[in-house]
Amino acid sequence: MNNTPPLLQLSSIGKQFGGLSALSDVSLHIRRGEIYGLIGPNGAGKTTLFNVITGLYQPNTGEFQFNGKNYKACKPHVLAQVGIARTFQNIRLFANLTALENVMIGRHLRSRAGVFGALLRNLATRNEERAIAKRAGELLHYVGIEKPGQTLAKHLSYGEQRRLEIARALATEPLLLALDEPAAGMNATETENLKALLQMIRASGITVLLIEHDVKLIMGLCDRVAVLDYGKKIAEGVPEEVRRDPAVIEAYLGGGNE
Amino acid sequence: MKLLIQPTKIAFWLLLAALLLLPFVTDALLGRGWVRIADFAMLYIMLALGLNIVVGLAGLLDLGYIAFFAVGAYCYALTGSPHLALAFPSLFPGGVHLPFWIVLPLAALVAGGFGVLLGAPTLRLRGDYLAIVTLGFGEIIRIFLNNLNAPLNLTNGPQGISRIDPIRVADVSLNVTQEIFGIALPSVHLYFYLFLAFTALVIFISQRLEKSRIGRAWMAIREDEVAASAMGINTRNLKLLAFAMGAMFGGVSGTLFAGFQGFVSPESFSLMESIMVLCMVVLGGMGNIAGVILGGVLLALLPEVLRHGVVPLQQALFGKTLVDPESLRMLLFGGALIAMMLYRPAGLWPSRVRRRELDTDEAAEKV
Repeated sequence: MNNTPPLLQLSSIGKQFGGLSALSDVSLHIRRGEIYGLIGPNGAGKTTLFNVITGLYQPNTGEFQFNGKNYKACKPHVLAQVGIARTFQNIRLFANLTALENVMIGRHLRSRAGVFGALLRNLATRNEERAIAKRAGELLHYVGIEKPGQTLAKHLSYGEQRRLEIARALATEPLLLALDEPAAGMNATETENLKALLQMIRASGITVLLIEHDVKLIMGLCDRVAVLDYGKKIAEGVPEEVRRDPAVIEAYLGGGNE
Repeated sequence: MKLLIQPTKIAFWLLLAALLLLPFVTDALLGRGWVRIADFAMLYIMLALGLNIVVGLAGLLDLGYIAFFAVGAYCYALTGSPHLALAFPSLFPGGVHLPFWIVLPLAALVAGGFGVLLGAPTLRLRGDYLAIVTLGFGEIIRIFLNNLNAPLNLTNGPQGISRIDPIRVADVSLNVTQEIFGIALPSVHLYFYLFLAFTALVIFISQRLEKSRIGRAWMAIREDEVAASAMGINTRNLKLLAFAMGAMFGGVSGTLFAGFQGFVSPESFSLMESIMVLCMVVLGGMGNIAGVILGGVLLALLPEVLRHGVVPLQQALFGKTLVDPESLRMLLFGGALIAMMLYRPAGLWPSRVRRRELDTDEAAEKV
């Protein structure tokens, strides 16, 4: 497995906001088919790194390679096209649309009908629409939302909204699914369900990048973990190693005042 | 075996028959002036449906929408009247007289182009900021039309352009009474049917767009632009498309307006008109085609009802006119908007989703 080139390779990514350096010289790689965890204390730059990978922020320095191609300063929709899908830390669903429509919008990328297709509603368009709706329904079922698809996204429970975001991201047929704190605010049962869902997603061949605060979830789920602190990568490796790394312990518990 | 005809089909045919008879009934009961008012109401409906794409579907607040109506109207005014003879006497000694059916698609394209022209610099703006820029754009167009009479007299300035060729359908002028199957059809009736056909077309296009991949992408942008782009929607292109489609509807409506009136001047395209069209969309029910049509009919008829109803009523009650109908119109209009915001915030006829959303909120409140 180590012989195949990594799916995502970051090379010395740096990002400044004014005088503040949110990320400096971060390099890491994510292999195909693994669940990769990104942890760190609050304000460590996890979400910033995430936004760089998904095109929301443009990095000031460095570049990244995804699926064998270099990307720098790309728009989010271009990165979604090449196979990076994401969810958001503070859920960003299309709140006033139905659960089904939310997932159907995720299919936008992988469907083609334009204005003329919409106006003529020819056979190809009708078939495509049917396929979109069918796939969206399947994905809702896949992530375990059993409420009718006509429920508005904002009327779903918190855990369901998190899962709907995952279904919407999966609808774009990603190679890399990037989840920003998917377990935030979930209770123990919901977290367990999420864990099972993520394992199922990985088993289907999708690589997962996970930002998480819940260390237990990370340790039980991730193949490898990177730790960020003050915008720098301070450790990387399998969870067990990282856990014992003195730098990580210091970052989380604070340096002693000896 | 199904022998029963579906009730929706019956309703459709009844509605169609009612609409076809409408000009005759109106003419007989209320007078010919009201048929003309119905004609204008349909122009407004087309405008409101166009704006509904921009505001209701894509969520881009546009306060200068009437500019596209102006662009369409002036396209036909310039190419279908003797006016250009003034600016280019040697080139067009008798003015340009292109047939209406050639100008119409061109005007739609030009208006769509102006839509992109407005959309491109405002791509990063949202909400209030976008509203201000679009408002400015609407005014710029009007002021240009007002002042482009010198050094080269292109638009004839505030005097406007008159003697625009009437619309002809299959070589039949709509400006004179025509006799078809022994029935005399006055000009306003003929325009009524033409506008009815165009309104139907615009409704059809709106419906098809709304329930399509493109419509969903617009709604995604309206709901959350960042999430939409993360889901692979090219927000730039789709916003420009929304502006262009909305502008094309406006352009078509404007072209019909110029042919119908035979005269255009910049004062028809004031900011107040943009606001009226926006109010039709909001009052009727943003994002819902039926609601927008209802809003268009109500707001297009309101001033006329007041004009014809209020003055005689006051005369009868007080013997003189105390309140001018124009100021009463603004008063009632303002009151209606406030009442609506309080009691029906989603519009008179809200869209499916919004209605459901309000129902559920109420249900949640009761628990």
